Amino acid sequence: MKFSNVMSNAGEWLRGEGPHHQVVISSRVRLARNLRNRAFPGWAKKAERTAVLDLIKPCVEKLPEMQDSFSEFLQDLSALEKQVLVERHLISREHAAKSAGSAVIMNRRQTLSIMINEEDHLRMQSMRSGLQLKQAFKLLDKIDTALENELEFAYDHKLGYLTACPTNVGTGMRASAMLHLPGLVLSELINQVVQAVSKIGLAVRGLYGEGTEAMGNLFQISNQTTLGEKEDEIITRLTKVIETIIQKEHDARHVLIQKKSNTLWDQIGRAYGVLTFAHAMSSKEALNLLSIIKLGIDLGAFPEDKRLAVDELFIDTQPAHLQRSSQQKLTAEERDHLRAQIIRTRLKVLPKPDISKLAKEAGNGSTSTPTE
Amino acid sequence: MLCDVCKCNDATVFLTQIIEGKMQKVNLCDACSKEKGVQDPTGFALADLLLGIGAAEEIEKGAPTQKCPVCGFTQADFKKTGRLGCSTCYVTFTDALSALLKAMHKGTSHVGKVPQRAHRAVELSDRMRNLNESLQKAVAEENYETAASLRDQIKQLESESTR
Repeated sequence: MKFSNVMSNAGEWLRGEGPHHQVVISSRVRLARNLRNRAFPGWAKKAERTAVLDLIKPCVEKLPEMQDSFSEFLQDLSALEKQVLVERHLISREHAAKSAGSAVIMNRRQTLSIMINEEDHLRMQSMRSGLQLKQAFKLLDKIDTALENELEFAYDHKLGYLTACPTNVGTGMRASAMLHLPGLVLSELINQVVQAVSKIGLAVRGLYGEGTEAMGNLFQISNQTTLGEKEDEIITRLTKVIETIIQKEHDARHVLIQKKSNTLWDQIGRAYGVLTFAHAMSSKEALNLLSIIKLGIDLGAFPEDKRLAVDELFIDTQPAHLQRSSQQKLTAEERDHLRAQIIRTRLKVLPKPDISKLAKEAGNGSTSTPTE
Repeated sequence: MLCDVCKCNDATVFLTQIIEGKMQKVNLCDACSKEKGVQDPTGFALADLLLGIGAAEEIEKGAPTQKCPVCGFTQADFKKTGRLGCSTCYVTFTDALSALLKAMHKGTSHVGKVPQRAHRAVELSDRMRNLNESLQKAVAEENYETAASLRDQIKQLESESTR
């Protein structure tokens, strides 16, 4: 499979059809594995890294799940192509910085991506739309078992799977979900939720993982610890917490409709106005406004059948995606213009917000009935 | 002084925490302190350990000249990178790491998936131990016929495990 095929196919997990898709954008699980008695990638000499790569890559490509896969050495991908893969969450930012001695292999549906010589020899991840952590883990577990027959993984009876960073030792598993929480952000409850979640051994992060800003009201929540708990226990615990957050988000949205409907109409109206008329827009502004439009669709202010067009803009307006859609190299300013232009064009199909349904739901709320 | 997390900006937030009688110090830049939620010290518990910063100090307490026999990794390298050199480093630095892992994780022993290979290895070593015990007993009882048969079984098992 070629890189252009990766581009033309949006990836199944981005399609937003999974359970709880209004709040949970995607679920992903990753496993870290290393070969026994081989230096971890960060410490290995180049020749050693290459030897490990030559050993692992054919085993991965042979997997039945990897028929017709996209498989590439990192040095053969341009900086732009790597960045596109990062924006699609198919490789990590750390992996994008790698060159000779590393590789990435992903299946056609973009539900499975395997990085070789990232921080660990093997970083395997499985992605699903909506809240489907269990299903994502099941596929990964199968892949892991198949690879384990061919490769001898570093494993200790007491410590489990051994990883380059001690924070991953044990199961080597990180399960995470990407949540869209505009209701909790607008009602200023988000910090409370973030703190409560951090206190029970789970981590909350921004859009692109560790150290990134929360944009577009998108938050990643994942398990923090990997030792002393079984894989399915971690996933069950995480799923329960996420279900609670989903409920809190719905509650927050309900309260907003009841008590702060004017603020809500205002936010939705402004987002619509700016997105459909602006001629320059940063990716941060685009994400934040698209998030409000997405909320508008959830609440019935926009027709449901426009959801995909909006969801696609979340990815297509990212810097590398924009750069790639244009033929020449763009400056940041030119990118902002192009971004605004693409959004204006694509949102032509989106009618003006219809708040009649919302207004009805707000009923006899304390605020006056909004008029257009 | 540079930030312990990003290692590129100047540290402006200096946090000292006493955890189980041990003092932990972390220096963070403005951005990283916000990112880690340091404004609220009660919400910050053990974040340093989770990042492997405390790890560096913890591991330093071991013999400072210790070097991994497989990959040549030293404790100074761990302090610098927060990552280990190879899987054998977990054995080499086991004393220093155990306290760190205890603070970092929910438990101290792995209870999750066991690779089949490791499964077989455990089985083999269990069987080997049983056979050896029986052999010693048989020899002690001067039951040479049984001992000979046991010795053959052990040989058989040895050849299996090296395959």
